[in-house]
Amino acid sequence: MKQFAELIQTLAGGSKTNAKLQALNDYFDGANDRDKVWVIALFTGRRPKGSINSSLMRQWAMEQSSLPPWLFEECYHTVGDLAETIALILPKNENRAGLSKPLAYYMESLQQLVKAPDELKKSFVLDAWNEMDAKQIFVFNKLITGGFRIGVSQKMIVNALGKNTGRSSSEIAHRLIGTWDPLKISFEELLSAENMTADLSKPYPFFLAYPVEGEVEALGEVKEWQAEWKWDGIRGQVIKRDDAFFVWSRGEELLTAKFPEFASLHALLPNGIAIDGEIISLNPEPKNGSFEPLPFAVLQTRIGRKTISKKNLSEAPVGFIAYDLLELDGKDLREIPLEQRRQLLAEVVTAVNLPMVQLSPVVKVESWDALRTLRESARDRGSEGIMLKRKNSSYQVGRKRGDWWKWKIDPLTIDAVLIYAQKGSGRRSNLYTDYTFAVKEGDKLVPFAKAYGGLTDKEFAKVDHFIKRNSLEKFGPVRTVKPELVFEIAFEGIAESKRHKSGVAVRFPRMSRWRHDKNAEDINTLDDLKAMLAMYGNAK
Amino acid sequence: MALIQFTDKGLYCPQGDFYLDPWKPVNRALITHAHSDHARWGSKHYLCQEQSLPILKLRLGENDFQTAGWNETVTINNVKISFHPAGHIIGSAQIRLEYGGEVWVFTGDFKTENDGISTPFEPVKCHNFITESTFGLPIYKWKPQQEIFTQMKDWILQNNEAGRISVLIAYSLGKAQRILKPLVETGLPIFAHGAVYNVHETLRQAGWPLPDIERVWADTPKERLAGNIVIAPPGAEGSSWMKRFSPASTGICSGWMQVRGNVRRKNAGATFVLSDHADWPGLISAVKATGAEKVFTTHGFQSAFSRFLNENGIASQEVTTAYGNEEEESVANDENNQPV
Repeated sequence: MKQFAELIQTLAGGSKTNAKLQALNDYFDGANDRDKVWVIALFTGRRPKGSINSSLMRQWAMEQSSLPPWLFEECYHTVGDLAETIALILPKNENRAGLSKPLAYYMESLQQLVKAPDELKKSFVLDAWNEMDAKQIFVFNKLITGGFRIGVSQKMIVNALGKNTGRSSSEIAHRLIGTWDPLKISFEELLSAENMTADLSKPYPFFLAYPVEGEVEALGEVKEWQAEWKWDGIRGQVIKRDDAFFVWSRGEELLTAKFPEFASLHALLPNGIAIDGEIISLNPEPKNGSFEPLPFAVLQTRIGRKTISKKNLSEAPVGFIAYDLLELDGKDLREIPLEQRRQLLAEVVTAVNLPMVQLSPVVKVESWDALRTLRESARDRGSEGIMLKRKNSSYQVGRKRGDWWKWKIDPLTIDAVLIYAQKGSGRRSNLYTDYTFAVKEGDKLVPFAKAYGGLTDKEFAKVDHFIKRNSLEKFGPVRTVKPELVFEIAFEGIAESKRHKSGVAVRFPRMSRWRHDKNAEDINTLDDLKAMLAMYGNAK
Repeated sequence: MALIQFTDKGLYCPQGDFYLDPWKPVNRALITHAHSDHARWGSKHYLCQEQSLPILKLRLGENDFQTAGWNETVTINNVKISFHPAGHIIGSAQIRLEYGGEVWVFTGDFKTENDGISTPFEPVKCHNFITESTFGLPIYKWKPQQEIFTQMKDWILQNNEAGRISVLIAYSLGKAQRILKPLVETGLPIFAHGAVYNVHETLRQAGWPLPDIERVWADTPKERLAGNIVIAPPGAEGSSWMKRFSPASTGICSGWMQVRGNVRRKNAGATFVLSDHADWPGLISAVKATGAEKVFTTHGFQSAFSRFLNENGIASQEVTTAYGNEEEESVANDENNQPV
């Protein structure tokens, strides 16, 4: 655990990418194979869940430090992280740092304790706390509570493993994707090619786009590019191999069971196929043309649901917009040019012939200017903008500059006043950085969006200062704030919502500008929002 | 009538007709220490501990200053006033007031650990105790200074080997002097921002045995800085003044670095949890040592600390003051080498 805690400290510190890579490489050189498998699992989002719930951890920490619950909560709100709060308040134990056991011991014990009585869990946790210093306790707690965000991307772990094992990073990326269980797999197995063929479900790493930087003209001739509409759903991959069928999200979640609609696709697809596309709500009776995407808010009613009722299926039907073909007849197509892949994809989609599966339409234009004009109509089509893909490009791994770009439309904006604030977490702990904004309705203020991004650290510090001096009431962690600060709130889309007081839900709200020039009198009204909903909402 | 009242100008003693660390101009101000949130400009008469005088003069200019030594009694309208070490920075004092058998103590800022440069904190018995509570939560427990100094030296030597400048962010008054000991032990030349340098020279002229440091000028050659040490105040962080140091690594010295969220916000090369304020155990031991019947808590986590004291049998009340912004110490760019 000592080694691992040190690794985490280096990775979480302000180190540069190269220093992080070096630290990972050194770790892989020195650690035992069981620990390595766990490190890879943890850094690729495979932390096993649910062995000890966090309210027990809280309770034991309060007992050990003799703190009353309210004081513990006060500490927690200041620190913004449970694992760290516990590590900071436990009695100091700095000279026992060398007593802790290897990472794999703790991870595997945690798994064995899943169904154990609370007393056993407690003695395991207290023993662990007793043999660790504060840094290790923090890391250990994190392994239980989760939320391990420490500035290590999947890409970095892939590159480090590549460097360490002398394999290419795209090979490693493909090995690590999909389902594997850190409890059952050895380091050798994880990185071996045999294991890969054994796993039928394994998706390909997704190719992702950067936003267009500067003018599109800089990308060269428009005819070298394939333009498509950018859809706002869940990026996914549909796979069928040996008659087994899988639907993956970009977040590497297996969604097959969530979307029963895809069952019909299961029967119609040939074996040995992988299609990249967008899982999105489609109107079963499209108003114009072949298909009509519904707002993300509709799809959202399906996400996170454990059981899906008939009502859900009819109110939020789900479809698939196909972007790319990655595998056909069991052969990896990623190296052949996009133009050829697209042709094969079109044949596959035609053969399937289901209304719920649509080929992503290509936008045909003669000039960048024509595309620019067309892009303005994106919102009316339920799209977020344009995707640009180089016609002769291969299908690459991860977010890369060069061959794929996204060219989004300008967001919608509303001027609103800050009325509630809450402390952030992680990097923003102890600062009021999570805000609720309101628009006017007569002389009332109606909250309509929460936002916590878009300002610089300096601006956040200023707003925090204002909030601390102008809060009216406290409700737990939330403060009501004198309605004075006006911000321009930008968002990607707007939809009707019964769950929100304002009657609308906005997508990806963030602060685009601090309107120092405006005061609370000058903000937009609820009617303005409703007009926007009528214009762009394309709600059902 | 209470000996001290909490007013919108500061802590007021009606019997003596004077204020303690007022944040608005008044006729007579008693000053605990020379940080800008406690020693404000514009009052007519100032009374301070004698070690504070040189810095007060530097910061407030010539004024009607009266001084007192440690434990020396000054009487104003029958109120007995004395200054007692607070251990926060050089000259920092707790102010003790006594009248008609009743004793009040105001801590200003204080810490209980001996930092080797400020006169160490001494608890003073009193009936009413007004204490700061900057770090008044149990998450704040400091490691011994020596341990932090060792980390600091290791970091500087690593930077030196890699040819990087070690830029340490420390308040120009207080921490900048406190960290000199480990810096000198590295044997490397020490440079400083003008704000740090001015305080340093003022203290040296007042007789404090501080080591040689060199001010960074616009034309200080790069090769003289390479691999060496620079001390800069928090206000210089992210300024164009900082850009000249390259390659460099920045190390922030502050108690706030105890919490990872703050560390991540700073994105610094290194952080050193080093504070000139009392930590949670320090606050509690200080309160207990006074034997006070009533404890007023201010600037910091005053409500949590006050509630904790009440629940543990010590009558307490929180009061609002305007202290606690010394970190906002503003520093001009120093580009023209003007004294800052």
